[in-house]
Amino acid sequence: MRKTMTTHSFDQIRNFSIVAHIDHGKSTLADRLIQHTGGLTQREMVEQVLDSMDIERERGITIKAQTVRLDYKAKDGKTYILNLMDTPGHVDFAYEVSRSLAACEGSLLVVDASQGVEAQTLANVYHALDAGHDIVPVLNKVDLPAAEPERIKEQIEEVIGLDASDAVAISAKTGLNIEGVLEAIVTRLPPPKGDETAPLKALLVDSWYDAYLGVVVLVRVFNGVLKKGSDITMLGTDARYVVDRIGVFRPKMSDVDQLGPGEVGFITAQIKQVADTRVGDTITETRRKTTDPLPGFKPAQPVVFCGLFPVDAAQFEDLRAAMGRLRLNDASFSYEMESSAALGFGFRCGFLGLLHLEIIQERLAREFNLDLIATAPSVIYKIALRDDTEIELHNPADMPDIMKIETISEPWIRATILTPDEYLGAILKLCQDRRGSQVDLNYVGKRAMVVYDLPLNEVVFDFYDRLKSISKGYASFDYVITEYRAGDLVKMSILVNAEPVDALSMLVHKTRAENRGRAMCEKLKELIPQHLFQIPIQAAIGGKIIARETISALRKDVTAKCYGGDISRKRKLLDKQKEGKKRMRQFGKVEIPQEAFIAALKMDD
Amino acid sequence: MTLDGKTGPDEPGFGLYLHWPFCLAKCPYCDFNSHVRHEAVDQDRFVRAFNRSLAYQARLAPHRMVTSIFFGGGTPSLMAPKTVEALLAAIQTHFSVSAKAEISMEANPTSVEATRLADYRRAGVNRLSIGVQALNDHDLKALGRKHSVEEAIAAIQLAQRSFERTSFDLIYARPAQTVDDWRQELMQAIDLAAEHLSLYQLTIEPGTMFEQRVRAGQLKPLGDEDARRLFDITQDICASRGLPAYEISNHARPGAESIHNLTYWRYGEYAGLGPGAHGRLLINGQRIALIQERHPETWLKTIEASDDATIERDVLTTEQQAHELVLMGLRLREGISPLRYHALAGSALAAEKIDWLVAEGLLEWHGPQGANDPRLRATAKALPVLNAVIEALL
Repeated sequence: MRKTMTTHSFDQIRNFSIVAHIDHGKSTLADRLIQHTGGLTQREMVEQVLDSMDIERERGITIKAQTVRLDYKAKDGKTYILNLMDTPGHVDFAYEVSRSLAACEGSLLVVDASQGVEAQTLANVYHALDAGHDIVPVLNKVDLPAAEPERIKEQIEEVIGLDASDAVAISAKTGLNIEGVLEAIVTRLPPPKGDETAPLKALLVDSWYDAYLGVVVLVRVFNGVLKKGSDITMLGTDARYVVDRIGVFRPKMSDVDQLGPGEVGFITAQIKQVADTRVGDTITETRRKTTDPLPGFKPAQPVVFCGLFPVDAAQFEDLRAAMGRLRLNDASFSYEMESSAALGFGFRCGFLGLLHLEIIQERLAREFNLDLIATAPSVIYKIALRDDTEIELHNPADMPDIMKIETISEPWIRATILTPDEYLGAILKLCQDRRGSQVDLNYVGKRAMVVYDLPLNEVVFDFYDRLKSISKGYASFDYVITEYRAGDLVKMSILVNAEPVDALSMLVHKTRAENRGRAMCEKLKELIPQHLFQIPIQAAIGGKIIARETISALRKDVTAKCYGGDISRKRKLLDKQKEGKKRMRQFGKVEIPQEAFIAALKMDD
Repeated sequence: MTLDGKTGPDEPGFGLYLHWPFCLAKCPYCDFNSHVRHEAVDQDRFVRAFNRSLAYQARLAPHRMVTSIFFGGGTPSLMAPKTVEALLAAIQTHFSVSAKAEISMEANPTSVEATRLADYRRAGVNRLSIGVQALNDHDLKALGRKHSVEEAIAAIQLAQRSFERTSFDLIYARPAQTVDDWRQELMQAIDLAAEHLSLYQLTIEPGTMFEQRVRAGQLKPLGDEDARRLFDITQDICASRGLPAYEISNHARPGAESIHNLTYWRYGEYAGLGPGAHGRLLINGQRIALIQERHPETWLKTIEASDDATIERDVLTTEQQAHELVLMGLRLREGISPLRYHALAGSALAAEKIDWLVAEGLLEWHGPQGANDPRLRATAKALPVLNAVIEALL
């Protein structure tokens, strides 16, 4: 931020975020801070109030940025305004993290005193350091018998390079030393600086659609003052609005007269849709525009793609409407119509990562009551054609004729994995098997940190599930996309009863094709029920069959007695079977249950 | 093709089913509506209730000519002969019964029950179906049966002296049963049988003792592949010995088929009386599915209070009727009439599905060339997988 002579600090404001791994207690700590400062009465206190989406609460993760303003009377006798910006903890939402961090001056680094630093913590703490934050380490769950605060302090110092000697030891669950956290925020994090008289300069931190209020915009003011009735302009979109409501979250919405430098709050301004607001944009006064806009953010790019199709074709329009609704609140999710010979009409969707994909799928199912078939997740391949053009391939089914292809490139990631050392061997093998190359490996105590370069297409498959299972859930994983590399990639088709099933086709590395083809055929053999005839299942590259399994014909399903009293039961059984068929897809004469599409992708090596 | 000129593939007849819901013990494989009572059952009181129920159902479905009566259970041979006599008299009061009506009763072959067989014949029963289940003492015990092979054979022979028509049941595809064991037992059964045999594969039904034991890992049902082999040899042996299958599990000398059961499979009309009995009645152009109260004493009290103990009465849709026609009819060697399906459903069976199943060797047309009502039936290959074939057809 530009420093000017008129800039002064706003001593009694602190803006901070909490950096933590999933399960390390970020949301519980936030709850305690709200409770301790009286933001909500006991009766209003719902566990983990900041995670307001059902999925967030169930999974213990934060997806949308949230904020809360706390009034805290410190030991020095002064009352401070503390603005907590809650940030998503998962790599898929790094973009949301960076914009929340940009609105604060400091962070609490919350680390589980028995588990220690995890891969995601590492990534996020680096983001916070990049944003110029001061950081206060907090050791949570020190009341547990397994807690080893001294060892974890050492780990924080070694892995992150932060001084952890005066880390605040707490138990968010029991409320132990919450006062200590609040005092540390006041005494160890810097106040914001700004100029009240300068032209308005505010950061558009986030926006969402509220059924009653329309689009709500979360802002952080750097310079100037934002008031009800202010005539504002968003510099990036050059759109003009009049602020019609202004307030803060305590955590309930509470109107205020104005927001000055260093303050965080919300505005509404008759904005029609979330897509009209650009996160990271600079908000200024129309008549007196700032000459010094904020740097803004690059929009998030989807990296993982999959097709989503309604199980019941009649639900296609419902699915389209649901996607539109989700998109209102999540501009990082993209979709376009797709049609599949096997699955009918659906959408090819882009996601920030696998967790994002799962969350969207789950929200479609839960909030919109849609039954979906998801195709194999894939990444964007760049295909250089012999005519010197390049195309991006989002869907293996659209792969051009092999004769026209010069090279196929795939995205690579740099993955950081932190794990107790006993699982290291298995994890290294997993990374090697997935075509990884080791970049770094070091130990801190009994924990190892490995850095690998890996092709993303090996990771979208089931890497994360495998990693969790071989490390009994102890390993943590984070990645950034680094580059595209040309590779020996081929399109593998799956044929069921000699008919190709486009939804199961995928691009694979030549060295991995046979393994994956065999695993796929075996899995499908388990998942496709016996039919009246024998069904060959084959994996093929071009015209060459690389793996084959056979489902034998059904031999017996009825030989029992059936008299007058059995008719209704028989008919109901038939109806149930026919109902079950709706969840199947017809490929030629074969019916494939939709579970097969999902489960075929989650297989063991 | 039947004993009674009044029934045939297109004249399925009108049957009465009477359910006697009591047994001395519950067999571990049985999921029928049967109950064990430790005090004597007041049979006269049940007769009075059956009488009221018959009167009620005769009003629902008047002017029917009864072509068959079937006493099932439970164990109907626990009824005193005079109970049977009284029930038949009650039926005559409320319904017209064809002079050629088949009147069947199920019986267990214990020596006690065997002493009553001649009395049942005198009461009016003309066909006896005996629950033999196995011709091997070890397996009889495993199936929870109270009789021995010796008693069973004696009962069959006695029945054949008293009744002009008899049948007996066997359960096969028992745990660990081999092809040789079964072949030998089946040959013995065919030698004993007069005209009709019901041969059921053991099915582990939900809610039975066997199901619990399978779940607990104490009982291992025969695998599908082995069961299929036993089914195949059963068809071959019975056919070559003059007892071809006229239904998936029923074998008879031509002309000795069960008229009553054919009424079910030909999707005819029948009234169900007694606890838990099911019926299908045509009333005002609608086919109604009726189910009676299952619990015996509750059924009794309900009838006494209001003449009727029907707990479910569903009007079947045209599609449901057509499905039931196919579900039952394709079990029969004579198959179904696609024209009748069309008439019931309001639309024809899908020609391309029939063609495919015919091409796969699972369905076949039969009957005289160029007949205006051709019949469609399941092939020998299709019978053991009939559920899947029907699912593919409908």
